[in-house]
Amino acid sequence: MTTLTIADLQVGVATKDGHKEILRGVDLTVNSGETHAIMGPNGSGKSTLASALAGHPKFEVTGGSVTLDGEDVLAMTVDERARAGMFLAMQYPVEVPGVSVANFLRTAKTAVAGSAPPLRTWGREVKDAMERLRIDDAFSQRSVNEGFSGGEKKRHEILQLELLKPRIAILDETDSGLDVDALRVVSEGVNRAQAATDVGVILITHYTRILQYIKPDFVHVIIEGKMVDEGGPELADRLEAEGYDRYFA
Amino acid sequence: MMAVYTERPQGSRAERLTSFSLDDIAVPTGREEEWRFTPVTRLAPLFEPAHHPDAVTMDVSLAPEVEAEVVPTTDPRLGKAGKPGDRTAVAAWNATQQAVVVTIPEGVAASEVTTLDVRALTSDPEVVQILVHAKPHSQAVVVLDHHGVGTVNETVEMVVEDHADLTVVAVQDWDDGAIHASSHRSVLGEGARLKHVVVTFGGDVVRVTPDASFLAEDGNVEMVGLYFADAGQHLEHRLFVDHSQPNCVSRVTYKGALQGAGAHAVWVGDVLIQAAATGTDTYELNRNLVLTKGARADSVPNLEIETGEIEGAGHASATGRFDDEQLYYLMSRGITEPEARRLVVHGFFAELLSDIDIPEVKERLLASIEEELEHSMTAMTSGGK
Ligand SMILES: Nc1ncnc2c1ncn2[C@@H]1O[C@H](COP(=O)(O)OP(=O)(O)OP(=O)(O)O)[C@@H](O)[C@H]1O
Ligand SMILES: [Mg+2]
Repeated sequence: MTTLTIADLQVGVATKDGHKEILRGVDLTVNSGETHAIMGPNGSGKSTLASALAGHPKFEVTGGSVTLDGEDVLAMTVDERARAGMFLAMQYPVEVPGVSVANFLRTAKTAVAGSAPPLRTWGREVKDAMERLRIDDAFSQRSVNEGFSGGEKKRHEILQLELLKPRIAILDETDSGLDVDALRVVSEGVNRAQAATDVGVILITHYTRILQYIKPDFVHVIIEGKMVDEGGPELADRLEAEGYDRYFA
Repeated sequence: MMAVYTERPQGSRAERLTSFSLDDIAVPTGREEEWRFTPVTRLAPLFEPAHHPDAVTMDVSLAPEVEAEVVPTTDPRLGKAGKPGDRTAVAAWNATQQAVVVTIPEGVAASEVTTLDVRALTSDPEVVQILVHAKPHSQAVVVLDHHGVGTVNETVEMVVEDHADLTVVAVQDWDDGAIHASSHRSVLGEGARLKHVVVTFGGDVVRVTPDASFLAEDGNVEMVGLYFADAGQHLEHRLFVDHSQPNCVSRVTYKGALQGAGAHAVWVGDVLIQAAATGTDTYELNRNLVLTKGARADSVPNLEIETGEIEGAGHASATGRFDDEQLYYLMSRGITEPEARRLVVHGFFAELLSDIDIPEVKERLLASIEEELEHSMTAMTSGGK
């Protein structure tokens, strides 16, 4: 059982006009096996939260704490966080020219597992996971994310989720830009990962469509860098129908 | 459509003086077009013909089908691959008293790689002259390797006769303190193919100037270069492809990484398509990856076209900083920073390495890249980032 605890997290960025506050005290607790949907208007700070949890150097944490089973996540480097069991499926995955998907996956697996995966089983495991996510074999020899379509990038992120087996996964708009079939395939991937490893999931999304496949235990609303509401799946339906207006009263 | 010159522009490569006579080419001041990026004072020991025969040794390991001999500079086979085009080249030519001639006999395909291993024993200025002569319909790979702390001025001539297929790989793996200039001059006969690979890792100041020219139609020259400049190193590559014959192809791909204060890489690629060279197909590319602050890359592609009837002509040049987003992405998957940097740099060179399909050479290159990356890790962890 793993618990990620975010308490009063304050995060900003350095701009040419000085420090800009984005997250103004975010609280969130995620346990193994739970799925937390985070919804909120554009610019409310969802990706900032995801990036701050992953440790993107652009963001400055000015207050609050993040702990993973009591360990201070904010004190860890980006790679240490991943090795501690955190995973971020990015909204905009980065292209890495010349580094093949196969090499990347093996290197990442070796890093998070602490030793190289056994040759015999690893190849099979990758192949099967790719097949289930409908990722063509040819992708293993392509450069990471280079020239991938939007949907292909997202599927590649979920492939990593399945293979790296993190304890807490943050999915930043993994559903955006997916066609109907891809949405189902990707959702099944997340559900499989959860069934297999009991991963705790933070699911950032704008749409309830993905929530028909991935059932959230909690839905949180973030507005202007603060969590302003929390509820069950019914809250997502209400947001879809009514929008965020009532939070701006 | 590219500009077609009817009159030659100022500084045209076609107008550049070339000569075997020392009197014709003056000692540069550093203000000349072909010297403006070079620290000429550091290269000064190579501007005069100097000769210390004990300073350099050469080990030759021949493929069984390939012949090598040492000849006096009066040998009529020498001087057939164009004339020196700058002061170091003409100084080298005039200092030389003997040359090593490597011959690949007609119709023969060498079964192994031939290696010439040049090692500097002292830092006294010395000259080296090599001719690689690929006779018609021959095929061979010749590797030219350089080590030690030398002050070495070199001439490498390559004569690729009709339908011969020659690969020449020159590796500049000098130790710190070495100063080196090398003029590589090649001529290609009808249907001849030259793959010319330059790899420069070591040495304080290294300047390699590969020239290629064609004697007949249907020649194909592929020039590939890879370099890695560290703190204080000046690594310069100046290429000239002279398309004077119809229907020839040239491809130039040079890639370099730079790291550390004062690391300086210069790449200049001149391609001239003369009026007679209809049907020419040429493309040149230079890319630089700047890994740390304080390193500088100068990259200048020049394309001069004197005929409109060509197959294709293009060039690309790009210098980019190391991408922190790539680093972040890899590290967010648990990969440590040194390992992530290694992946990105290998990725940068990957395509080029796959072009160099000679296993022995490739392994050397991978090992050298690893070694360079070790340097950068040490520099980083000691706060030199
Ligand atoms: N480098 C930066 N400089 C200035 N402002 C920034 C910077 N990075 C992010 N911001 C701002 O912080 C706010 C939060 O951005 P964030 O990407 O977290 O929003 P989001 O909730 O993920 O939005 P979306 O739904 O559009 O993905 C935005 O107003 C954004 O413009
Ligand atoms: Mg976002």
